[in-house]
Amino acid sequence: MGSIADISLVLLSGLKITLIVLILSIIFSTLIALIAGLSRVSNNWLVSGFTGFYVEIFRGTSLIVQLFWFSYALPGLFNIHLGSDVWVAVLAISLNYGAYMSEIVRGAIQSVPAGQTEASIALNFTGFQRMRYIILPQAIRMMLPEYGNYIIQILKATSLVSLIGLTDLLYYGNIYRSTHLSEAPTVYILILAVYFLLALPLILLTRKMEKVAKKGVVHG
Amino acid sequence: MTWSWDVFFNVIPLIFKGLWITLGLTIACYAFAMVFGFFWVFMSRIPWKPVNWLFRWLAEFIRSTPPLVQLFFIYYAWPSIPVIGVALNPFAAAILGLGLHFSTYTSEVYRSGIESVEKGQWEAATALNLSTKQKWLHIILPQAIPPTIPMLGNYLIIMFKEVPLASTIGVVAMLHIANDYGAQYYKFVEPLTVVALFFLLLSYPSALLIRKLEKKYNRRFDKRTATL
Repeated sequence: MGSIADISLVLLSGLKITLIVLILSIIFSTLIALIAGLSRVSNNWLVSGFTGFYVEIFRGTSLIVQLFWFSYALPGLFNIHLGSDVWVAVLAISLNYGAYMSEIVRGAIQSVPAGQTEASIALNFTGFQRMRYIILPQAIRMMLPEYGNYIIQILKATSLVSLIGLTDLLYYGNIYRSTHLSEAPTVYILILAVYFLLALPLILLTRKMEKVAKKGVVHG
Repeated sequence: MTWSWDVFFNVIPLIFKGLWITLGLTIACYAFAMVFGFFWVFMSRIPWKPVNWLFRWLAEFIRSTPPLVQLFFIYYAWPSIPVIGVALNPFAAAILGLGLHFSTYTSEVYRSGIESVEKGQWEAATALNLSTKQKWLHIILPQAIPPTIPMLGNYLIIMFKEVPLASTIGVVAMLHIANDYGAQYYKFVEPLTVVALFFLLLSYPSALLIRKLEKKYNRRFDKRTATL
């Protein structure tokens, strides 16, 4: 049992990076998703067209490819130095999941019945008021369950950052495994357990949000 | 480091070779996920709570933990587990790892399809004295599976984009070739761009096709409810 304690201690030093990347990625991907989702329903074809292009590019290529691409292209091709690879990882994950999640925002906004828009126009609401007080309050509850699912996806995606050299949970796990080959099963089971413990509140919250989203809404 | 079109055009044929491996691996993983998805459905229908509960949480565990760690577990850790441990080659480990991970998703799709079959259909099948096998093969599944085809297609595209994870355990497909090339000539951006382009070229048209299918099935579904 001693080795479990040893391994946990090693993994603990990587938990910090995993959590930092997770939290920053959640914040930025949410912002990107909101902005991109609203832009896609914009009447300005230039704005919606450009956003559509961004969304398709990032959904159409793989996150792991994007992660490698950013980590080489930013400093090499564009001479952009973000200071730490943490920001490269956050950028890649946020742009990727921002693109996916903008589709939830768009879908939810478009699923608010047209009568609501018409009614708010009849009441002389401005475009901003219409979004802020009529459309979004109804759309957001529809977004919540899927949003929760994507947060779990982001958590899973943070495991990729070890591939560009960040010292996260998996990185320390791999280091420990390379010196204690026979303990590999314990190492990876513990890593999986840590990820599951992080995911568990998100899973339960998502289930709760599914109930909230359905409550008091008349379907059909 | 500047962008070089020479390198860009030189690596296209190299990476194209890897495309076939990526595609083959995608299909193999997906076939595994499709078949194994039924296992979870079957297990969650066993009318004994503890077994039910165990398999539901096991599927939840596999679904909500990173496939990359699962791949490492299967490739690096499984061989050193006594008795059941087997050393797999990278290709087999990738099929098992990604296939298992995605089977927890396909099982949810199957489940939603089965749940969408109306209660009356079950009752009618029972009333007609059909055997369990007949009920499933001739009544439930033919109605449950077709509406889920767009969703299953979506997962195929998602899986295609997850397959490069296999390069971390040594499957020599597109991403691995790109990284090898980069390490050899210190040119990473061009080969990685080619890889990204290949992904885009395949996944974007497929996504459009799926959206078309979705519309088609939704329309059919609408019609059916409209006549009720």
